[in-house]
This record gives sequence, structure tokens and C-alpha cells, in this order.
Amino acid sequence: MATVTPDAPPADAPVQQAPVRRTAVRKRLVPYWLLLPGILWLLVFFAAPLVYQASTSVQTGSLEEGFKVTWHLQTYGDALSEYYPQFLRSVLYAATATVLCLLLGYPLAYLIAFRAGRWRNLLMVLVIAPFFTSFLIRTLAWKTILSDGGPVVGALGSLHVLDVTGYLEITAGQRVLATPLAVVCGLTYNFLPFMILPLYTSLERIDGRLHEAAGDLYARPVTTFRKVTFPLSMPGVVAGTLLTFIPASGDYINAELLGSTDQKMIGNVIQSQFLRVLDYPTAAALSFILMAAILAMVTVYIRKSGTEDLV
Amino acid sequence: MTQPSSGGDVRLDRISKTYGSFTAVHPLDLHIPAGSFFALLGASGCGKTTTLRMIAGLEEPTTGTVRLAGKDITDLPPYKRPVNTVFQSYALFPHLDVYENVAFGLRRRGVTSVKKRVEEMLELVQLGDFARRRPQRLSGGQQQRVAVARALINHPQVLLLDEPLGALDLKLRRQMQLELGRIQAEVGITFVHVTHDQEEAMTMADTVAVMNGGRVEQLGAPADLYENPGTTFVANFLGTSNLIEAEITDKSGGDLVLTTAGGRLALPAGRCSAPVRTGGKLLVGVRPEKITLSHAEDAGTVPEGRNRISGRIAESSFLGVSTQYVVTAPGCPEFAVYEQNIERDPRLVPGAEVVLHWNPAHTFGLDAAQNIDAGTERDEEAV
Repeated sequence: MATVTPDAPPADAPVQQAPVRRTAVRKRLVPYWLLLPGILWLLVFFAAPLVYQASTSVQTGSLEEGFKVTWHLQTYGDALSEYYPQFLRSVLYAATATVLCLLLGYPLAYLIAFRAGRWRNLLMVLVIAPFFTSFLIRTLAWKTILSDGGPVVGALGSLHVLDVTGYLEITAGQRVLATPLAVVCGLTYNFLPFMILPLYTSLERIDGRLHEAAGDLYARPVTTFRKVTFPLSMPGVVAGTLLTFIPASGDYINAELLGSTDQKMIGNVIQSQFLRVLDYPTAAALSFILMAAILAMVTVYIRKSGTEDLV
Repeated sequence: MTQPSSGGDVRLDRISKTYGSFTAVHPLDLHIPAGSFFALLGASGCGKTTTLRMIAGLEEPTTGTVRLAGKDITDLPPYKRPVNTVFQSYALFPHLDVYENVAFGLRRRGVTSVKKRVEEMLELVQLGDFARRRPQRLSGGQQQRVAVARALINHPQVLLLDEPLGALDLKLRRQMQLELGRIQAEVGITFVHVTHDQEEAMTMADTVAVMNGGRVEQLGAPADLYENPGTTFVANFLGTSNLIEAEITDKSGGDLVLTTAGGRLALPAGRCSAPVRTGGKLLVGVRPEKITLSHAEDAGTVPEGRNRISGRIAESSFLGVSTQYVVTAPGCPEFAVYEQNIERDPRLVPGAEVVLHWNPAHTFGLDAAQNIDAGTERDEEAV
């Protein structure tokens, strides 16, 4: 950049040098300018609310008298001991939904990536299509589908599936709605695209010749999948499970619309503490506990899955 | 060292491959002897890779059978064939290190103690120090050697090489050519090598099949193909040929007498692959290095009995060991001549009038009903 073009007259050289140097400085600053909007966004919409919540969680008081920071850390202990069933339930439901999403999503993503040919794009649009309606509407639709007199209950009832699920205590009587099954189904349905998209992306990137090479080296199709395709799709599996598990564990809409009081998840507790009970410190403390728990689980998970050097 | 394993012979009977209305390989019979280094040579799209993939089992032939060491393997899936492939872009497993890449085939066949064999194989390809590296952290030449090791360790009866040196630079390619030749001699496996590089095919293989448009044009030892091309495609694709249109004027003697725009030429009857009849047309050819270039002033010193054509030098390029001339001659506007730089005649510069002469025994005759430009760059551009 700083070199003078050979056909420029030598007399120009000293004159040109000053602007050239300024350009170099400006060039070095470009990355920081480009970072600025992102940093501002993070500060305003992430860091500031986080600090505000953190301070709320250590305040005491009431809505009438106002809240004050009193460093009352007891709130955390109280919140945890009172609501740990909802915490555990959230993790259980979210984990179950994540596993179901993986089981449903992997074959579909595999099919789209390797077998769909010219239908590929259409199938991807169909996967994303549910996003064109709102989360709430979709979940309400499930309420109708799973309703007591609805087709699902009728079919499952006549096939005696409900007797089995009832025995396993994931449904109750001849109902699906207001049972764990309904909530997990709702979660699975709502977060399935978040699983399929990263899975598809990582599967689609796999060089088809690797499959040929594995076959050439005596691997049967199943072994090829186990030893080549699946390990190479691990980044997608990790991304997909995180994108499903994290929002699912904090979700409250599915439990609210498809469950009963016995299926309340931690999201429902936080929501009611904030909006109905108006106990802001407890709500904030619960939010932080949830965040910390997810962070801890995700860290262990990523370490265990060992995908750091795959990408 | 790897135990020497005997290679198997490959026999293709009426094998063909069509994709919809496109025929990639026309019904083809080919016998690849056990232990040979066999090259399938041709331009891209000539069907050579498809043929290779049918031997590997990666492509299902539309008709015909593939036999390996006498056994029909046409319907066997790739993982059941005692054949391994070195892929064009190597197709190394990016999630496995060099060691595990090389061990892959052994592990799939249930070999439990792979350590010794993998280490020996890595030694053979001189990659012992790189066992724990991921393939993407190796250079192109090293990756290529991993690909060879990964295939060879299984002692296949046939090793298939799909343009294995295509991604390497010239110097490395030469080195790997020698290396592969050494390995083949050492392990004695049948090698089937697909390439578009005629020099590579000629240096490495003991038998070359030249393919064009889904057919084998000619098959033989490299020197034989070079000296006695049977078609214009082989004449042009394998090295360079000067082809001149000629008419047969006399076929009574041992040599055919031909009339061309540049004068009379003699052609040994045995070196003509086309049907011969008086008055019939032929394409007569000669390789550029067989020709001696004399200045027109020395025309009288050219010995009797040599084929001669007069022309004018259009271009000359000095290449160190040799000088390449392009001579404009009647019947052949771009006559290529390679002269060794032994005693350079200072008069041989562009514009000089010259006489081209050569031993008639180096002349070959081809069927005139062919595209004279087949297999040249001009021809490829036309496609």
C-alpha cells in the first residue's frame, strides 16, 4: 500500500506519503469501527439488563415501599429450596425434548442433505415453514390437536397406548392435555427446526467422497455412518442440542398452554413471580440460577463431546 | 516391510455406462494383467474415471461384467471388493489423524493388532513422524502419501489411482511418480492409474490404454504407442505429431510411395494402420524429434533415401536441451521440429529457407477419414 507506483513522478513521492500514512491508520481502525454496533448492542440489550437483574436479585422490599439493595443473598437459597422441583422438571422436560428432536431431526436432516436431490430446497422451506406463524398460535393449535375429544386422544385411546403412557405416568387417565406428554410434545415440536437447521448445515458440508472412501476401505454403510458421517456431523449435533435445550429449559408457553399446575417449569415460576406475585428479587434470583445452571451444563457438555478441534 | 501380495488381473467384458442419453463408456473389453502398472490415459470426460469407478464398485456398470482374478465381482458392493482406491483429492478423513486414517481399512476388517503394520506402512511412505497429525495439517504431497498408505496397507489385489498426482506441483509430481513406481515394484500389486497427463502415463505405466469419447483408442506399451500411433487422437494426444494429407501413388514396393503437397514421401507398408489402395488418401505422420533440419543451401548434402520436405522457419524457441522450430511447409502450415542443441547452425533463424528430412522408417500412416486435429489443444477448444 505504501509503495509508490513506478510510473508516478519521483517528485510526488514526499507529498503522497502523508495521506498514505493516514490511510494506514484509518485501515487499522476499521475492524474496531465494524465491531462498534455489535458491542453497543450487547451493552444496551445484554450487559445493562444483566447488571440490573443482578442488582434486583439482591434487593429486598415490596412494590409499595420500594426495593433497596441489601445484599440479601438468602433470596437465592430460598428460591432454590422452594422451586427446585420446577428446576429439575425443566431440565428433565428440556432434555427429553432435545433427545426427541435429535431422534426426529437427524434422519430428516440426513435425508435432505444426502438423498433429497432437487427437492432439497423445498424440504428446507417446509422445515422452516412453521416459523411463519407465531409460537403462541402454533402452541394453541396443539391444544386443539391434543384436546380431550380430539383425534389424537381418540386414536391413542383406542390403541390402548394411553393405558401404557398412563402407567408410565406421562399421561393421566384418558387425557393427553395437561400431562407431561403434552408439554414435552409441544417443546419437541416447537424447537425441532432449531435442531434440524444446524444438523443439516453440518451434514451438507460433508464431502460425499468420504463416504465412497469409507466404502472402499471395507466399511459397510452402517459402519460408514458410525465412523465417518456421525463424527463429522458432531458440530451440528452439539449446536442443535444447545439451540434446542437452552430455550426449551427456559420455556414457559408450552407448560402454560399444554400443561397443568403439575407440569409447571421454571419459566412459569419466573414469569409469575415477575408479573403476578411481583416478587422481583426472587424472580431475578431464579433467572440467575437458571442461567448459571445452563452455563455449567453446557460447558461440561461441550468439553465431553470434544468438538473443539473439529470445525 | 509389507508382505509381498500377489496382484490379481482385472478383466472387463463388454462393460459400459450410460447416464440417461449420455454414454460415458461404450462397451469395452479390457484385460489388465496381474502385477502390471496399467494407465488409463485420456482427456477429461473420456470415460477413464468412470471405468476406474466401475472396477472399484463405486459405479454400477450399465452392461458387462468385471472380473478380478477370475472371479465375477460385478455385483459386489465396494466394501466387499479386494480393491482399494487412491482418490483424486485423497478423501482423507478429516476427523481422524494420519495413523487412524491408515488403520481404517484394517480395523474395518477386524484386524486387532494394527500398530506394527500401520507403523511399517507410514515408514514406507516416509511419514513416521506425522502419525498423530490431522490430514489438513499436512502438505499436498504428504496427504497424497497418506492416501497411498491408507489404500496399500490393506494389500488389495488391485490398487486404483484416480489422478493421484493431479493436485501436486510439477517437481513433487515427478518425485511421487518415481515413488509410486518404487512402491509398485516393491509390493507387486496390480496398479490401475487414471491420468490425463501423457508424460505421467508414459513414465509410470508399463501398459497404457488411451481413451477417447468413452472408447479405448489404442492399447500398448508406452514406446509402442508413441512410435506407432494407430489414430490421429493417439498421435496428437501422446506427444506431438506432424500430420500431412497424402495420396498413395505406388504400393508395389516394400515402401508405399505417397504424394503430398510438399513432394513425394516413402512410408514402410508395415507402418500404415489404414487400408491401402492406389489413389487412396492417407494421413502421413512423423514425430518432431525424428526430423533433421538443414538450411536450404545445404540441400545437396541430405543423404539419398530420406523423406524430405522444404519449408521456411516461422518461429524458433530455445529450450536449453533443445530448440523447437515451427516450420511453414506445403501441406503442413505448422510443422514442429525439435533439434538437440549439439551443433547449432546460426543460419536457422525465423525466415530461413530449410529442408526437413527424416528416415522413412519413422514415418507412420493413418486413416484419412479422421479428424486431423483430434487430441490437440485446438480440438479441445472446439469441444
